[in-house]
Amino acid sequence: MQRRTFLSMATAAALTATVTACGGSSGADAEAGGDTAKVQVWALEDAAVNPIATSSIEAFNAASGRQVQLVTYVNDAYKQKLQVSMGSPQAPDVFFNWGGGNLAQFVEAGQAEPLDDLIAKHPDLSSKFLPSVLEVGQVDGKQYGLPMLGVLPVVLFVNKDVFARAAVEPPATHAELLTVVDALKAKGITPIALAGSQGWTELMWLEYLLDRIGGAGKFQAIVAGQDGAWQDPSVIKSLEEIQNLVKRGAFGSNYASVNYDNQGASKLFATGKAAMHLMGTWDFSLQQTANPKLIKDGKLGYVPFPAYEGGAGDPKAVVGNPSNYYSVTANSTHKDVAEQFLADSLTSDAYINGLIDAGQVPAVKGIEATLKAKPNAEFTTFTYDLVAQAPTFTQSWDQALSPAVSATLLTNLQKVFLDQMAPAEFAAAMAKAK
Amino acid sequence: MTTAAHRARPGFVWAAPAVLYFAALGILPVGGVVYLSFTRWNGLGDPQWIGTANWSALAGDPEIGGSIGRTVLLTVVSWLLQTPLALLIGVWAAGPQRNRAVLSTLFFLPLLLSSAAIALMFVSLLDPNFGLAADFGRYLGAPDGNFLGDPDKALYVIASVIAWQFVPFHTLLYQSATRQIPASLYEAAAIDGATGVRQFFAITLPQLRNTIVASSVLMLVGSLTYFEMILLTTKGGPGTSTRVLPLHMYLKGFDGFEMGYASALAVLLVLVGTLLSVVVVRLTGYHRMASDREGA
Repeated sequence: MQRRTFLSMATAAALTATVTACGGSSGADAEAGGDTAKVQVWALEDAAVNPIATSSIEAFNAASGRQVQLVTYVNDAYKQKLQVSMGSPQAPDVFFNWGGGNLAQFVEAGQAEPLDDLIAKHPDLSSKFLPSVLEVGQVDGKQYGLPMLGVLPVVLFVNKDVFARAAVEPPATHAELLTVVDALKAKGITPIALAGSQGWTELMWLEYLLDRIGGAGKFQAIVAGQDGAWQDPSVIKSLEEIQNLVKRGAFGSNYASVNYDNQGASKLFATGKAAMHLMGTWDFSLQQTANPKLIKDGKLGYVPFPAYEGGAGDPKAVVGNPSNYYSVTANSTHKDVAEQFLADSLTSDAYINGLIDAGQVPAVKGIEATLKAKPNAEFTTFTYDLVAQAPTFTQSWDQALSPAVSATLLTNLQKVFLDQMAPAEFAAAMAKAK
Repeated sequence: MTTAAHRARPGFVWAAPAVLYFAALGILPVGGVVYLSFTRWNGLGDPQWIGTANWSALAGDPEIGGSIGRTVLLTVVSWLLQTPLALLIGVWAAGPQRNRAVLSTLFFLPLLLSSAAIALMFVSLLDPNFGLAADFGRYLGAPDGNFLGDPDKALYVIASVIAWQFVPFHTLLYQSATRQIPASLYEAAAIDGATGVRQFFAITLPQLRNTIVASSVLMLVGSLTYFEMILLTTKGGPGTSTRVLPLHMYLKGFDGFEMGYASALAVLLVLVGTLLSVVVVRLTGYHRMASDREGA
């Protein structure tokens, strides 16, 4: 009991300090911390995106006469502050989250407000967002989160220069992928760049292969914790395909030493030592800074993940990070203002155009023309079309699952890549993880 | 008055700062960890009391046997690698020559770097395609530069990096200890016709006995709790090839947010570490603090 009181006091003090500090930068009153009439929107600190949110808040405040205010935190501090403050009087009215499993834990604790009534009142909210992205803001069929940032799907980057040298075309099916791998190997080129010292890069292969082989429902069963979901034949099949790729030398012999954070894989791909790189669309921005010549010379190509012959999954489905979401706190005293703010801002032209200007691809319908008029139109249009046509957008597994299960998953997957663990052993070990 | 005050033993007040300091920063946290090891806690909210469930889970943890084995291996390899190196460099650096002074200053440079900086530096140096590993791998049995990603090599590579980081510190211990050996011993030996090698084994080594014990205890207990460099280079991978016990504890606690179970692992580490240093100190007679010094 005492510890709890101390914690909430400490949090309150910390929050007051932060709110006061941020109040100045967002243009609101400096003594905002003590004013409970303010409606607080909590989000991550992001120099490119925060000003867009601030200007949409100012527009809303000017039009409605309300006092909405943006409070921002850095990533790790945010996750902790949010969990501690939820359920206390210091909780925000609107909070930023990652959708999927992250949002579900707040819903289970009764801390997030369903937004279905709001959507019923403002039908354009649901009709304007891309369905596959909107879906990740749902828990048990109810909408709890609305997309507020751009989409970041995982795509297969191809080095056009290297493909031309080996006289092969980017693969559209798994069989073609295997042929391309063999052809590139014969030319002495590492077929696929993989930062295998970090499990999450390897996870992208499992995510896409299971999606193609078994369909998006297989991972939904895993998230739902259904019995035998990990031991499903399509999970085993996906892992076998991974081991097959490794044995063929698709990732080279030293992929397990390659690191993503020091650009080990991105550079391997950009310098033409490797031909393909399966990565989130954020790698485009990274290449733009680190290897601008690759993009300027038109050597950077990108294709959807290859289809799998006879697989149950839709080849148009994507995996990755669908978006980030705003949700309304269940015990907020200003729910009406908070909801009105979301309805007025998130699909407004000013907000959407702001995101596009910041280099994001918002999860909103009908923005093709705007994207085409901006820099890197070819890539942003590709990303947009990929997501807009996707029947499902599976969230990265390490975000959708609990932290403890994700940690076990990444370790075991590394062992599968290294052939230290058989697919069946992997399935059995994951079924036990909780 | 003066003589009486002189003879009286110092009161409790003299020990108070040290006792308070140790209680607040040593005993109290260990007590907290012992308490947490009987709870389930994800780091937020209130810990839930679950009795000995974490302790019985230790037996069923598939990673625990391997991580204890790797910890012992890392400790032994570190000792075998670092002790001879530090001893030889330390004795050499103790000489009065100017070039030795200059070179030993260079040797001590790694001491100034933080573990995080060293880890990031070696990750780049050991990049198999763009680092030094790509150029020199073929001379070291890895033509494709695959060092940190090879399950059979990774732990030894880590042990070498740790040695690079900590040999300078132990060298410093040996250097200063060697300089305190009375010159008269060497003069007498020289008169008796002992060579440099003979002097090293007959005088230097026995005189450094206590330093060897002190350095070894630091090395053994240090290796037992060492993890930050491993976290930043391989995060225990590939697979679990470099997952030592302290790293296993960290990953359970701060990656999986299983604070209760991680606390049980922490208590285990405290017990093993204490036991190990007691055993080493007992076995070597270090606790008697016997001095071999002339005139002592």
